[in-house]
Amino acid sequence: MYDVIVIGAGVSGCAVARQLSRYDVNVCVLEKCEDVCEGTSKANSAIVHAGFDADEGSLMAKLNVKGNAMMDDLAKDLDIPFKRNGSMVVCIHKEELDGLKTLYERGVKNGVPGLKILTREEALEMEPNLSDNVEGALFAPTGGIICPFELTIAMAENANVNGVEFRFNTRVEDIKKGEDGLWHLRTNNGEYTAKYVVNAAGVYADKIHNMVSEDKMHIIERRGDYCLLDKEVGGYVSHTIFPQPTKYGKGVLVTPTVHGNLLIGPTAIDIENKEGTATTAQGLNEVQAKASENVKNLPMRNVITSFAGLRAHLERHEFVIEEVKDAPCFIDVAGIESPGLSASPAIGEMVADMLKDKMGLKEKENFISTRKGITRTEGLSIEEMNELIKKNPAYGTIVCRCESITEGEILDAIHRPLGARSLDGVKRRTRAGMGRCQAGFCSPRTMEILNRELGLTYEEITKSGGKSNIVIERTKGEVSGS
Amino acid sequence: MKTYDIVIVGGGPAGLAAAVAAKEAGNDSILILERDHELGGILNQCIHNGFGLHTFKEELTGPEYAYRFIKQVLDLGIEYKLNTMVMDIAEDKTVTAMNREDGMFQIPAKAVILAMGCRERPRGALNIPGYRPAGIFSAGTAQRLVNIEGYMPGREVVILGSGDIGLIMARRMTLEGAKVKVVAELMPYSGGLKRNIVQCLDDYGIPLKLSHTVVDIEGKEHVTAVTIAEVGPDRKPIPGTEERYTCDTLLLSCGLIPENELSRAAGVSMSPITSGPVVNESLETNIPGVFACGNVLHVHDLVDYVSEEAKRAGQNAVKYINDGCKKAENDNVIELVATEGARYTVPSTINVDRMDDLLTVRFRVGDVYKDSFVSVYFDDERVMHNKKRIIAPGEMEQIILKKTQLTEKAGLKKITVKIEKE
Amino acid sequence: METRELTCIGCPMGCMLTVTMDKGEVIEVKGNTCPKGDIYARKEVVNPTRIVTSTVKITGGDKERVSCKTESDIPKAKIFEVMKDIDAAVVAAPAQIGDVLIENVAGTGVNVIATRNVAKA
Repeated sequence: MYDVIVIGAGVSGCAVARQLSRYDVNVCVLEKCEDVCEGTSKANSAIVHAGFDADEGSLMAKLNVKGNAMMDDLAKDLDIPFKRNGSMVVCIHKEELDGLKTLYERGVKNGVPGLKILTREEALEMEPNLSDNVEGALFAPTGGIICPFELTIAMAENANVNGVEFRFNTRVEDIKKGEDGLWHLRTNNGEYTAKYVVNAAGVYADKIHNMVSEDKMHIIERRGDYCLLDKEVGGYVSHTIFPQPTKYGKGVLVTPTVHGNLLIGPTAIDIENKEGTATTAQGLNEVQAKASENVKNLPMRNVITSFAGLRAHLERHEFVIEEVKDAPCFIDVAGIESPGLSASPAIGEMVADMLKDKMGLKEKENFISTRKGITRTEGLSIEEMNELIKKNPAYGTIVCRCESITEGEILDAIHRPLGARSLDGVKRRTRAGMGRCQAGFCSPRTMEILNRELGLTYEEITKSGGKSNIVIERTKGEVSGS
Repeated sequence: MKTYDIVIVGGGPAGLAAAVAAKEAGNDSILILERDHELGGILNQCIHNGFGLHTFKEELTGPEYAYRFIKQVLDLGIEYKLNTMVMDIAEDKTVTAMNREDGMFQIPAKAVILAMGCRERPRGALNIPGYRPAGIFSAGTAQRLVNIEGYMPGREVVILGSGDIGLIMARRMTLEGAKVKVVAELMPYSGGLKRNIVQCLDDYGIPLKLSHTVVDIEGKEHVTAVTIAEVGPDRKPIPGTEERYTCDTLLLSCGLIPENELSRAAGVSMSPITSGPVVNESLETNIPGVFACGNVLHVHDLVDYVSEEAKRAGQNAVKYINDGCKKAENDNVIELVATEGARYTVPSTINVDRMDDLLTVRFRVGDVYKDSFVSVYFDDERVMHNKKRIIAPGEMEQIILKKTQLTEKAGLKKITVKIEKE
Repeated sequence: METRELTCIGCPMGCMLTVTMDKGEVIEVKGNTCPKGDIYARKEVVNPTRIVTSTVKITGGDKERVSCKTESDIPKAKIFEVMKDIDAAVVAAPAQIGDVLIENVAGTGVNVIATRNVAKA
């Protein structure tokens, strides 16, 4: 029996878990996938929004601005990269210049600091690759870029170190309130019971919600296709470039990533399929066409991968973070679409505060607020490298040549709390396989390491859990392990 | 760390041949840096036969061909370091590398030979729509898994791209018990050798669909099916021509990209056509003393030509050192221009004073040409006009220039290579 | 009389060859643009042969597979029988290039030999 069960180990669930881990409370996170950050949190724009988009007075606006402000300290505490590169909303039609003003005013009301409307000349001076049609721009210096994997993983690791349990490959199939007054969660891995449940199930939040409530919820899966470009062109723009927003969202952006790639996307296509992360030719074409409206001569031949993510969109376009009316002690964290990543620290805090008040939680004395990330070798001097290699020779072996990731970093990723168990798990923690060759070179080598370190046979090693096995059998009909 | 005259980056066929040639040319201070745990490079996983007909007048498998050179390297006592990744090449030819035993170290070299080879174009760069499940491999990655590690990626296979690795893997997977359902090729012709189409596909009844591409990949966790469609002359899929193949594996053999991140960072000028360094008659890049050979320079069709080219790079590196590491004089330089069907030439410039008596100029064409002529013009005068029954993009072409030809023609500024109908 | 269609492998032309045969004898080769096509077609229809390359299980070595090839051509029709023997074979390390791994594979009279060195682990 747990005090609190959090369903979903995405950025919201992990933020809640980390905040709860400050208190003397028994928490377990149930995740249907084999790792944290496997759903919406892994495929998005990786942006920390300034907060001028959401309607004044909305929870979205409030948590976005707050989450943004919390990000510097959080990134420092959790040892993850975060950069305030600033964002620009670009206007390319003279008749729409008023729209920038509207955004500016909304941003000011939302409490976004430092907003400024730029002239065409000012905008081009800051971003020479903007379209020749640019008429003006709204500049938000607090806009930032972050790695969504590292943010989620770091919060999960820190929560885990502070006592939160994580159960992976555990899918919640039904939830009932028992006569004992507890929530009984039936999963593919047995039953779990808890006093409180936090529903942070992303695109599945409606399904989970509807298990306990008569007030039915409907989440629309709004797909976004993206293209990721090589680091060679990572500096094509230095700010995050947005078009002017429409009712479908913030539009197709062009941004550097915190690791130095260039990212363009997303589309916004409503699909009603919770697993529908397949890109389409149409979607990818649209990404390119729309991105090209604001940024000229995009170097599309440098695309290294494309992907799609799903936003958990609610008709009312607002975060729903509340106790379910007809299901006491069941808290929804639903409709967390953009700016969910930006808001996540504030979401975690809000939910933890709710539970603290309801449950009368006391802060732990021994809460560990900081987490040390994987020791990165990138950018180290020769002396620093040799220091590291002397301590652990595995840092002398490069496994991923594109991103220069050493075996030492991969070992760290595997053996730390909630360590990597799959190729994608290694990739999201270390970036091995995320470069221009997209794991063609390093995947056999990473498999060798997973095999040795975790005792997994090659056939058991997966790309990302489930049935995503890389190889099926030995050649020559040999049975593995024999 | 010991210092060396010549540092060779890469211990594959190019690096090995360059090392042997440099040693034989009289230099005793050579170091090969290889990132893998053995010498031989990609040849070690190319266990099929067909290598070495030009070099050794016999048909060898990849590992056998590699071993001929490895043995020479061992016999000649040439030094090498395995499991060693070169991290940086500075413009002053200081090579920074790293391994477990030595840590990170720097070698100030007099000459550097770039022999890093190439890599495969990944799925992402092809912009194939659909899911991103397990079961999608570049053909070379699958080749390593099957041939070196001894594991099967799957049982039912679709292959996109009819480059030689894709064709070879169609046969390898078939022989190891998989069913290869189809090979789709975007272009109206295959980039692979005819012999491979016959002996890897036809022998096993595997259909080759030209002007076809993959338009959808199904399967959230693992590939379950792939849809291919015919493409029009614009290489865009034609609606209504889709065919769905259930499969658990998609192999991609869609082109090779010279691996020039180190070269670029060193300040080496690149050709946008070959994605390899721009070199002169000595296979020297714009940085004096930095030479390039093999697939890092331009993607070759036969390894024999890699070895031959690398030999020249090795010899020229020694010559450069023996001549006092001087920058080449820039007068008397002839520009080589590829046009009208010829896509590029290697080299791009010729300094007549430094050229050998005979110089092989290699190039590729951009389309299939039948009954056409390879023509060479010295300025405006046509000096070569060789009829060929067929010229195809999959095969490298060559012309041989004589030094005497060039010296006779005083004031020659430009040599043009083109394909002519008559 | 029967005809067989072949693609010539002599060069990138890939001439479509039509071979006319009578009771196993080649009567005529058509479609070739050069003599290479004629020679290829006559061999290919009467006695097609191939080199088979694969890997063999090896124990006690620093690798688990040793690459191999048939020492010379084997009849094309016997490829899968040869593979069956290759799949079933297990050899012990070390192996040197040229070592015989399987004698007289599938009764072809041809040996399967190692094409790489595998050292003892």
